[in-house]
Amino acid sequence: MQASPTRDLVVGLFVLAGFAALAYLSIQIGGMAYTGPGGLRVYASFEEVGGLRPRAPVAIAGVKVGQVSEIRLDEDLRARVLLDLDPSLELPIDSSARIVTSGLLGDQFITLEPGAEEDMLKPGDEIDFTESAISLESLIGKFVNDAGLESGK
Amino acid sequence: MNSVETLGFRTLMLVVHLGRLGVFVGRVARASVLRPTRLRRFVNEVFDVGVLSLPIICLSGATVGAVLGFQSYVALSRFGAEGSVGSVVGIALIREFGPVLTALLVTGRAGSAMAAEIASMVQTGQIDGLRMMSIDPVHFVVMPKAWGMLFAMPLLSALFIVFAIAGGYAVVVQLLGLDPGTYITSLEDAVDLHDDVGQSVTKALVFGVVVACVATYRGYTSEPTSAGVSAATTGTVVAASVSVLLLDYVLTSFWGI
Repeated sequence: MQASPTRDLVVGLFVLAGFAALAYLSIQIGGMAYTGPGGLRVYASFEEVGGLRPRAPVAIAGVKVGQVSEIRLDEDLRARVLLDLDPSLELPIDSSARIVTSGLLGDQFITLEPGAEEDMLKPGDEIDFTESAISLESLIGKFVNDAGLESGK
Repeated sequence: MNSVETLGFRTLMLVVHLGRLGVFVGRVARASVLRPTRLRRFVNEVFDVGVLSLPIICLSGATVGAVLGFQSYVALSRFGAEGSVGSVVGIALIREFGPVLTALLVTGRAGSAMAAEIASMVQTGQIDGLRMMSIDPVHFVVMPKAWGMLFAMPLLSALFIVFAIAGGYAVVVQLLGLDPGTYITSLEDAVDLHDDVGQSVTKALVFGVVVACVATYRGYTSEPTSAGVSAATTGTVVAASVSVLLLDYVLTSFWGI
């Protein structure tokens, strides 16, 4: 079969376009940035994580800075959450983590509030100040209970 | 009793065909490491399978994305959750529609042509002619075709998904007036590199192997008659499409949630 420069060029363009599409899907859409090793991986323990799931976003002031990479039970039967954060992030060691919900039925995510200490969190460190998920059911239960007590008086 | 015999015969024939397919794939794999590499024929196959399938892949991708965006917008806006259209479109396309529809389209457009070409070479004695010149037909004809199909499939699937996302964007953002940032952000947030893009590429590669093997095997083992050519073409489309759809479920369930 004869070599044909135009055909080779078209095949080359097709291959380039195909790999560009693959790269777009994995880097832009798939978000290759936060999943690689070398991210700032810190732990946070919560009494209750509610509906928090791995891959939930972690935000500071509403800006996404990482994601939840793992949730497991520690020895004290608390939920130990591993956060994978942007490695360029400088977070004071007295920062606090809070589980919040976006919207009434929305997903739960973690929001960090930076502290004031001079020392910064290093990979493997633990965020000491945490606030658990607020479950709607327990809030309603509390509300109904309180109302019942008041009317009983 | 007769129908039971038929069932037994059919089952045995299925096993025989699977065994022959295994031997055939082994021959193709062995031919792949032999010299010469047949690079020129491989490039021509990538042209036939990849470049010539581009128009149908891009057009189908854009329409599938547009329909998907439209329908999920209609369904989700009932709950005031239009913001999630991007994640529905993205997950459905990347995990399932991209690889599966690409495999079905490529089977119909290029797989059938591949089987018909090899089958007519069998019928007109060209395969025997190659053997007489002591050129292995598996090495010369089959191997570049199989690799061309396998190589083109993930690239076509990725292009299908990109065009579908664009088609969804056109309908949901331009036509229905959703905020462009909401569409793109919810799409990017929902899609994970390992779970979704990895699954998509794996599926496209597996489907590429399936379509390539079925098309070349059916063509190569066809009867040397005109009816044999048409049977090989039909058989390729039916067997490859059904295998792709069955395998898709198996792969999805292995991948988990």
